[in-house]
Amino acid sequence: MRLIDYANPTRFLGLVARLLPWIAGATAVTFAIGLWLVFAVAPADYQQGETVKIMYVHVPCAWLSMFCYMTMAGSALGTLVWRHPLADVSAKCAAPIGAAFTFLALATGSLWGKPMWGTWWVWDARLTSVLVLFIMYLGLIALTETIEDPVRAARAGAVLTLVGVVNIPIIKFSVEWWNTLHQPASVFRMGGSTIDPAMLVPLLVMAGAFTGLFVTVHLMAMRNEILRRRIRAMRMIEASRAE
Amino acid sequence: MTALLALFVRELKLATRVGGGALMGSLFFLIVVTVVPFGVGPDLALLARIGPAILWIGALLATLLSLDRLFQADRDDGCLDLIVAGETPLELVVLVKCLAHWTATGLPLVVVSPLFAVFLNMEPTAIAATTTTLLVGTPALTFIGAIGAALTVSLRRGGLLLAILVLPLTVPVMIFGVSAATAAVSEPVPFLTPFLILSALGLFAAVLGPVAGAAALRFAGD
Repeated sequence: MRLIDYANPTRFLGLVARLLPWIAGATAVTFAIGLWLVFAVAPADYQQGETVKIMYVHVPCAWLSMFCYMTMAGSALGTLVWRHPLADVSAKCAAPIGAAFTFLALATGSLWGKPMWGTWWVWDARLTSVLVLFIMYLGLIALTETIEDPVRAARAGAVLTLVGVVNIPIIKFSVEWWNTLHQPASVFRMGGSTIDPAMLVPLLVMAGAFTGLFVTVHLMAMRNEILRRRIRAMRMIEASRAE
Repeated sequence: MTALLALFVRELKLATRVGGGALMGSLFFLIVVTVVPFGVGPDLALLARIGPAILWIGALLATLLSLDRLFQADRDDGCLDLIVAGETPLELVVLVKCLAHWTATGLPLVVVSPLFAVFLNMEPTAIAATTTTLLVGTPALTFIGAIGAALTVSLRRGGLLLAILVLPLTVPVMIFGVSAATAAVSEPVPFLTPFLILSALGLFAAVLGPVAGAAALRFAGD
């Protein structure tokens, strides 16, 4: 079972049809457990009060905004290096999902920032670099939508995706390089997490649930894109026959 | 080598003789600098403080506007297909085209920037620092812009899309350019630290731009 075996869209669609109910179900169950943990079990923060609950949505969204870009970068390599036919489908479908997660991370962070920092927005290094990531997602979507031919659109998008990867380490380390308002990493760091387990466990469950949501939505989007391309091909055959 | 030199001379001639690229870019730069005091008010102290940022934004916009001509004219008359099919490595061709383009459009911006700085009531130290950062920074903008120009070369109206694609990538250059220029006049931060990072970004862009631009041009031709 190798990746190249799934270059055949029909085989891939079969796999998706088999896996999707399980992944979607697992995501729903994880969300149920995660939300229960967040709202019934996790304690309120002694300084932030109940607004700390925003963190359980904000942090997974922010992680996924980067994870999604790395998925696109991996797919871009698949497009340019191996010419894998499904890689460009994957990259194209991940872009709107990544843009949505980035938007959610920005919006929830802003909602949290108003009571905690006293402002909706600051031009802090982390916030600015995530905003740049959001603009890059929109630019990528605009580029692939503007070029009509799907193959050429995918290649142009892949080049731009790989160039934009430079931004990901900047986002990840911005809070350490520039000592700005956004708090530094506290979950994945040298010397172990600094979050109390009572908050860490719900956070990790929510992160798992959001990742499941990403995989589910991504697979559904890929299935739709493959079907959309088939319809396009059928229409073109139909049109050439009519002439 | 002779082929690349010939290409450089050709690009330079085309850029200076057809349509007056150097003059147009500088004129646009002048207009941007003129418009800002209308927006923020003629407060000389404020203008002196934000002067480096105004000059940098003006230079960035002027560079962006000229970028669509980098490959577009060659594509229209068919030269681009010959260049891509030719035996000279495409990466070097893109590098030389960028250098020629910068000489024709970026260098004039650097040359006129001290004059515009006087309009903005900037101190001599700030003028020297801003001009130096622009001299190092504008080639980086051209190299990064070449990626966007190559990606949008096959599009009919790619100008706006080009700006959308290129602007996010130029943010680091902009940040360190402006911070080096302002560090020269404000005490706590040394000028050299952000300036060295700006130079490193320039060198990085000089590699990334031609490689990614050449890749984009090859894929656009297929």
